[in-house]
Amino acid sequence: MATVSLKNIKKSFGAVDVIHGISVDIADGEFIVIVGPSGCGKSTLLRMVAGLETVTAGDILIADQRVNEKEPMERDIAMVFQNYALYPHMSVRENMGYGLKIAGLSKALIHSKVEDAAKLLQLTELLDRRPRQLSGGQRQRVAMGRAIVREPSVFLFDEPLSNLDAKLRVQMRLEIRELQQTFGVTSLYVTHDQVEAMTMADRMIVMNDGVAEQIGTPLEVYERPQTLFAAQFIGSPAMNVFDAHIKDKVVYVDVVKIGAARLPDGPVKLGIRPEHLVPDTEGSISIEMRMSEPLGANTLLHGRLQAPDDQPVTASLNGVHNLEGVQAPMRFSVAADNIHLFDPVSLKRLEDD
Amino acid sequence: MAQSHGMVERRGAGLWLSHVIMICGVLLVFFPIWLAFVASTVTQPEIVRPPMPLLPGEHFWENYKAALFAGVNVPVLQMLFNSLVMALGIAVGKIVISLLSAFAIVYFRFPGRTTFFWMIFITLMLPVEVRIVPTFEVVAGFGMLNSYAGLIFPLIASATATFLFRQFFLTIPDELAEAARVDGAKPMRFFIDIVVPMSRTNIAALFVILFIYGWNQYLWPLLITTDPSMNTIVMGLNQMFPSGDDVAEWPVIMATSILAMVPPIFVVVSMQRLFVRGLVDSEK
Repeated sequence: MATVSLKNIKKSFGAVDVIHGISVDIADGEFIVIVGPSGCGKSTLLRMVAGLETVTAGDILIADQRVNEKEPMERDIAMVFQNYALYPHMSVRENMGYGLKIAGLSKALIHSKVEDAAKLLQLTELLDRRPRQLSGGQRQRVAMGRAIVREPSVFLFDEPLSNLDAKLRVQMRLEIRELQQTFGVTSLYVTHDQVEAMTMADRMIVMNDGVAEQIGTPLEVYERPQTLFAAQFIGSPAMNVFDAHIKDKVVYVDVVKIGAARLPDGPVKLGIRPEHLVPDTEGSISIEMRMSEPLGANTLLHGRLQAPDDQPVTASLNGVHNLEGVQAPMRFSVAADNIHLFDPVSLKRLEDD
Repeated sequence: MAQSHGMVERRGAGLWLSHVIMICGVLLVFFPIWLAFVASTVTQPEIVRPPMPLLPGEHFWENYKAALFAGVNVPVLQMLFNSLVMALGIAVGKIVISLLSAFAIVYFRFPGRTTFFWMIFITLMLPVEVRIVPTFEVVAGFGMLNSYAGLIFPLIASATATFLFRQFFLTIPDELAEAARVDGAKPMRFFIDIVVPMSRTNIAALFVILFIYGWNQYLWPLLITTDPSMNTIVMGLNQMFPSGDDVAEWPVIMATSILAMVPPIFVVVSMQRLFVRGLVDSEK
């Protein structure tokens, strides 16, 4: 158990800068999810904390100790890899106990620790099997077990669920979260899946192009995204973004009046989440439907905003099961709280008050 | 339906035909070996009197005992032992050195890494025969003539095996090395606990190839062993052939030939089982 601090971490591969200075203080026992598209540097950041990549600039502190130059084993961390990285020629038992064996623990102690972890993960029956005899979910559990037996102060997860099918992913997501809460171990979890980020994180770091776009709790990021990127990356389906402008404290998309904003006149980027478009026969937003995707609980409507420049828009209609026959333009309105405005140049959030 | 029936029949015919061809091929290849075996079980006069016998005679034990314990210049048992030491030394030595050098080339970044790799690779193009004179000079200078060391060391480095292990190591996922690093394994620990056990099918396959390579060495032992008690079997066999007016002891020579074949066959057959099991149990 330990705090982790990243102080202005930078990383370059040769002349290419991949991480441009990320700072975050992680509290003891906190579950932090680093989320971003592929190539944004999230795995590199995690591997620097693990000690598998060198740090170009900045400091990494684990339990207030600077660990930049320390070997992974000296950092008191455990890591779960994307493809599990189990040793193929060792049994599950040997895989889980390998780190302890190197640490020089007695055979009896290793045995009891492995048995305990196996019981917790329901792996007891599988202890003498080889990794290739296990299913994806079981391998994932073994990788978790290997991390748990070492009782580290920090867990590092590098996209651990991306090789599993959708159903198993949901189940393992809950299990990982439950285990982490049981042990109260500080965790860093890398994923490209915003659903994992939303459901698992105490706080998330939204990364893009080696920059932390926003650091905050999932709901903070959802409700008050600090950048256009964070706004569009978190939430599914992605937020609608329109080129809009403000004139006399009113937001317009072209000539369509959307809502009020206490901001100076000028162009803005307007963001509205699909689920915040509410059907309203009196509404100012008129959408011409092109396609609908029924998902069961809700139905997605893809269309064009009826304004002279025809911007694409998606609406999510809760409880509507069938849009067949709805050909005429539908009218929508949006609550004032659910309007997000961003600076068109810096793409940063414009606070409305 | 009718068509598929026809296809099955045609395949049946093809199966028979290919078996007939294969059996003919085997008989063709096996015939000289059979002749050698027959010749090793009869007496000298029976061989030289035409027609040559095609069925084994009654002197099997006699001829083989003569070959093993008396030989022509030196007992065959001694030559078999020399060959075994040389072949094992070369095979084991080559595997150990190649594993280590491939490990260094794949997992460590040191100055001149690529240069060293290419230097090793280029030596592939230099067979023993090309460098035999300077090698002889060096071995003679070290006083290693007529010794096992002299037989083994000049042949112990293998670019082929290094190259093969390098290619195999490149297929081991990086994450495995990283996981071992997180587990606290130092490089040599990683090598012994993970890389070597994972390479064991490759090691078995290479052992077969290299053992036979070592066993069949002819020119090099011929050059550096002058003492008959250091002869290896492949070259010793040749030295049994009569020169000038000597009378050839063909039954004993043929018995020696058959004996010279036994160890490599044993290695191939026994290691093949391990090799196949390794392939079936493939753990990647």
